[in-house]
Amino acid sequence: MNNHGSKRDSRLGEIVEASTGEFSVQCYELYKAPPLGALVRCNEDGPVYGVVSDVITSSLDPARHPIARGRDEDSEEAVYLSNPQLSRLLHTEFRALVVGHESDGRVLRYLAPRPPRIHSFVYSCSGDEVRTFSSSLDFVPILLSAPVRSPDDVATSFIRQASVHHPEPERFLVDAGRVLAGLLGRDMQRLNGLLKRLSP
Amino acid sequence: MNEHPQGDDRLGMVVAGSLTEGLKVRLDREVSIENIKVGRYVTVQGKLMRFFGVVSDVSLEASDPSLGASPPDVSDPFIAEVISGTAAYGAMSVEPMLALSSDPLAMIDGPQPAKTVPPHFSPVSLATESDVQLVFGEEDDRHFWIGNPLDMETRLCLDIPELVMRSNGVFGKSGTGKTFLTRLLLAGILQSGAASNLVFDMESEYGWKGYSEDSREVKGLKQLYSSKVAVFSLDEASSKRRGLTPDYVVRIGFDEIEPEDIQLLRESLNLSEVAADAAYSLHRHLGKGWLGQFLAYPTGETFGELATALGVNERALSALKNRLSRFHRFGFMDAKSGHDSVGQILQYLDRGMHVVLEFGRYGSDLAAYILVANLLTRRIYEKYAQMTEAAMGDQSQQPRPLVITIEEAHKFLNSRVASQTIFGTIAREMRKYNVTLLVVDQRPSGIDDEVMSQLGTKITCLLDNEKDLDAVLTGVSGSRKLRSVLARLESKRQALVFGHALPMPVVIETREYGSPESYRELGFKEAAELKAQVERETEELFGPREG
Ligand SMILES: Nc1ncnc2c1ncn2[C@@H]1O[C@H](COP(=O)(O)OP(=O)(O)OP(=O)(O)O)[C@@H](O)[C@H]1O
Ligand SMILES: [Mg+2]
Repeated sequence: MNNHGSKRDSRLGEIVEASTGEFSVQCYELYKAPPLGALVRCNEDGPVYGVVSDVITSSLDPARHPIARGRDEDSEEAVYLSNPQLSRLLHTEFRALVVGHESDGRVLRYLAPRPPRIHSFVYSCSGDEVRTFSSSLDFVPILLSAPVRSPDDVATSFIRQASVHHPEPERFLVDAGRVLAGLLGRDMQRLNGLLKRLSP
Repeated sequence: MNEHPQGDDRLGMVVAGSLTEGLKVRLDREVSIENIKVGRYVTVQGKLMRFFGVVSDVSLEASDPSLGASPPDVSDPFIAEVISGTAAYGAMSVEPMLALSSDPLAMIDGPQPAKTVPPHFSPVSLATESDVQLVFGEEDDRHFWIGNPLDMETRLCLDIPELVMRSNGVFGKSGTGKTFLTRLLLAGILQSGAASNLVFDMESEYGWKGYSEDSREVKGLKQLYSSKVAVFSLDEASSKRRGLTPDYVVRIGFDEIEPEDIQLLRESLNLSEVAADAAYSLHRHLGKGWLGQFLAYPTGETFGELATALGVNERALSALKNRLSRFHRFGFMDAKSGHDSVGQILQYLDRGMHVVLEFGRYGSDLAAYILVANLLTRRIYEKYAQMTEAAMGDQSQQPRPLVITIEEAHKFLNSRVASQTIFGTIAREMRKYNVTLLVVDQRPSGIDDEVMSQLGTKITCLLDNEKDLDAVLTGVSGSRKLRSVLARLESKRQALVFGHALPMPVVIETREYGSPESYRELGFKEAAELKAQVERETEELFGPREG
């Protein structure tokens, strides 16, 4: 995974806030955030991996709140067409939970010693990258215990998205389910909920 | 030692446990719990040694104790597949029995009892054939194949020289396979050459031939090993009718009977204590020929005088005479003296032969069986005692050990008579004089406790009477578990074997006996085959025949 082929079109945005456990990314384009649970990568040298845990679109100026503008419009699309300034006043951000990093060319599925730098470019991961990273699910406990609103949705979204990049997606889902069962064997209710989200 | 692949036969890993409570083994997901049966042998690979153990329980476990209260949604096949083997999984308890060291030096004395447990996460596999052989011994001159451990093809072998060092017992309720097992044991003893057999063959089923329940003929010892077995008979007519010319027809003189024999017959002759004791007084009074004289004693006044002279109640004495006159009906008994049945038996034994005494029609008369077996055994035992003492510890001069087989053993060994009879003495003395017993009985609870506890190895088919179960298991460690095993045996051809001759208890399916194949396995050669062999050997000896 050394050759990241950092193509411009996989670049999503830049880091605007970072800690060892989490980073926030401002997207270059409104509404062009990766989906919940997507795997992203930042830091050119010594990449850090994150899983999207929250996506927020809001006013650039926190003091100015958007107001409703569509009363006389026929469609939602028309609201944006009539107010071209909107795409400059609004912005999309997402947060990602750090789930791993690379060191000496090895993928390590736990926190990096240092957070990525502000303005690091953030890329969406290719199918190959996702498959390689998810070949082990050692990092899943990080997701399940993350201080986010619905860690279970983050985890299951990641697993479902990752599954399609594996040769046998259903097999991958069962194996992932078993990892969850191993972790949450003592909490049958929660496990049940997670598995229902994974059930093909 | 051979390799121990942990491929297909891996079952799971140790997750908890103790030496006393057994090991808790979590089954691998791929292992179907229904294939794990109690009683199966497993090995556990520890860091320093391998353990040999037996599955003692199988259980369903859940990581969440409330699994039952809030069960996962197993109607969803995905969830069901994920849950089984993870949050809900199979487990088994394994009793670590033996430690198998990989150090050949440490294995010289065979496997040792496990004194510790393997560490956490040690892999557990089904025991392989070679594991079982390592534990119980491979089939060879010493080790006789007696059956197969349940669900295994492996031949389970008994160490015959070890076995015959002590008295042993074959138990089981009627029709469970005692006689068939005993035939096998006798064949094993014969083949190993570790001892001579003397069989008191009540039903005439060991010597020449017997029958199975479905009335098929089964070969007896003489048919299988004609050159090594002599059949003696108490009932020549019956033997001949069954196509056998006995090697010797046993006759017994009245003067060979001693008061002790009468004691043993109290129950079967329905004698009062006073009447039976009168035999001693008669013996003192009349001497060696007491019985013949007594039976010929005229009734009337002189009889009363005899009673007075003996100081015995006349009615008791008369009852004794009455009951003993039954001996007249025993065709093998007569008033002549000078019969030498004991000498004949000893001669055959001395030549390395095995002797089966068949009772013919007298087998159905318990009094005859008890009388003859006791009388002959007493005198044979005396000879062995003399020979052994004459050898004065010189191993080469000792007589070859003798195994005496008796059926209905509780008649000889119940607690009322065991202290007085020769069989009780033999059972208690172990093999002081190179004589041991093989007792066959369907009512072990009738046998004296002390005698039971002296039995070295017990081979027990199904028993369902509580008292019999107790009797067989008293003084045996782990008897609670063995008891449940015993009570769950199949009603035929299965036996629990435990004791001196084995490193650990084992349940077997008894080796098949009765098919042509089984006879061949026991070394039997059909006539044609035998003839060919003789010719081959003759040629080897004298060169090809001319002409
Ligand atoms: N090893 C065996 N091989 C083949 N058949 C067997 C074997 N053991 C038992 N059987 C079958 O079970 C039947 C009963 O066995 P067996 O006669 O040995 O019982 P038992 O315990 O001696 O009965 P009993 O107390 O009535 O004498 C046999 O007739 C035979 O059909
Ligand atoms: Mg029988």
